[in-house]
Amino acid sequence: MARHIIASTSEIPPGGNKVVEINGRDIVVFHVNGEYFALLNRCPHAGAPLEKAACVARLTSKEPGVYERSRVGELLRCAWHGWEFDMRNGQSWFDPQRVKIRTYPVVIEDGETLAKGPYVAETFPVHVEDSYVIVEA
Amino acid sequence: MSDVIDRPILAEEEAAKSRLRIIDCDVHPSIHAHADIEQFMPKRWQEHLRTYGSHLRTPYIGTTPYPRSSPLIARRDAWPPTGGPPGSNLEFMRKQYLDPLNVEFGILQVLDLFIFSQQNLEFGAAIQRAINDWQLAFWSDRDPRLKASILAGQDDTQFAIAEIERCAKIGRYVQINVCPRANEPLGRRRYWPIYARAQELGLPLGIHVGGYGGHAPTGGGWPSYYAEEHQSNAHTMAAQLTSLVLEGIPERFPKLKIVFIEGGFGWIPSATWRMDRHFEAFRSEVPHLKRKPSEYVKEHFWFTTQPIDEPDEAKHLRSLIEWVGVDRLLFSSDYPHWDFDDPRYAFKTPLTDAERRKIFNSNARAIYKF
Repeated sequence: MARHIIASTSEIPPGGNKVVEINGRDIVVFHVNGEYFALLNRCPHAGAPLEKAACVARLTSKEPGVYERSRVGELLRCAWHGWEFDMRNGQSWFDPQRVKIRTYPVVIEDGETLAKGPYVAETFPVHVEDSYVIVEA
Repeated sequence: MSDVIDRPILAEEEAAKSRLRIIDCDVHPSIHAHADIEQFMPKRWQEHLRTYGSHLRTPYIGTTPYPRSSPLIARRDAWPPTGGPPGSNLEFMRKQYLDPLNVEFGILQVLDLFIFSQQNLEFGAAIQRAINDWQLAFWSDRDPRLKASILAGQDDTQFAIAEIERCAKIGRYVQINVCPRANEPLGRRRYWPIYARAQELGLPLGIHVGGYGGHAPTGGGWPSYYAEEHQSNAHTMAAQLTSLVLEGIPERFPKLKIVFIEGGFGWIPSATWRMDRHFEAFRSEVPHLKRKPSEYVKEHFWFTTQPIDEPDEAKHLRSLIEWVGVDRLLFSSDYPHWDFDDPRYAFKTPLTDAERRKIFNSNARAIYKF
């Protein structure tokens, strides 16, 4: 598993995402509430690109008329058939044991650290004053 | 954990995609703006559309009685970047679907403006006629892969016949579409003139799910939820297959080809088994039937595949396909609607090359004479 510098942190706005190809796989990296999550860009059901999924919240209700939104923006709702997944671990909401999207570890490193190595990307220009999103895949 | 989850698109899938050109029997174009179809309407009906608009037998003008799963029942990624509703931009449809999926022909199914469910039959006829012209001008003329259907709402049978004649003279339409939810079941005598003309012209009869004909969408009454209404599409199709067969349509119009669109196919085996059993018991009640119902189904009817059933075990889908018959099935995607079936992944059971060729191409090619 290699570490790939895929973007500067400012490149992916909150609520946005970026798709990168790593070893023949399209991987989508979401930026939500200051965190970054990387997943295979393909719904396990019918192959829809997850970059087009709606980023939704968890909605729970203890009793009629009372509801609570939590984890806003961290759940994916696929653009086609509406299958829902947890961005944090790729688990599906409806069948977490069997249906899952592959996820990849993400870390943020500052340019100064990266410039020192050993994590220098092949071609990605690194500036010491910025920070970067690193995907391990 | 299922093995479809963690892998890139396989090389053999890419290769299979390029090998097989697809005929998609259910592609939905949308009207970008009312002005696009007004040009095909007499002034009287343009004014009617602007002043009174659509009036159905269901509540909530301008929307559907059941909030659906996504805006305009569309894939969220199918909204054209240049604006307008999903399915309204040919360039984007080409780029997102027709070109990358190697679609050889796509048969247009227009649902806009509740064409078949207008309370005012004359207005319904005017918009059907306008949309018939619009399909050629905005779609078939611009992309010859896209084939138009003659919309001919059956409740105004006289109009339907006149419209079929008008469009048949133009000669570029590949089927005649009627609605599965109208005043009476499709096998009823009042609709026979349409079937007689379709047979003479050699045009298949297309029946796409949907519509609000004034009756509850299920035999049991009005559903509470969209999920329940959506489920009823298959029930409606089963009722219409039963009506067409038991009223003897294939016996009376033996050359008529009937295509059921967007009803899926999982319900067909049990519907035909049951009809056969009832036929054995009650054949003297329906002496116009000379053969078992299932034999008519296996010769005169075709079924588009979407929304495909997804049993837990792939072998059960395989059994369904065998029971219905590979020769009966026509691939359809329903693009750009939310329940789109991707031709590469929809069949979650292995098919032989010969079966793929039939379902994805040659069955439709034979019926529609491409």
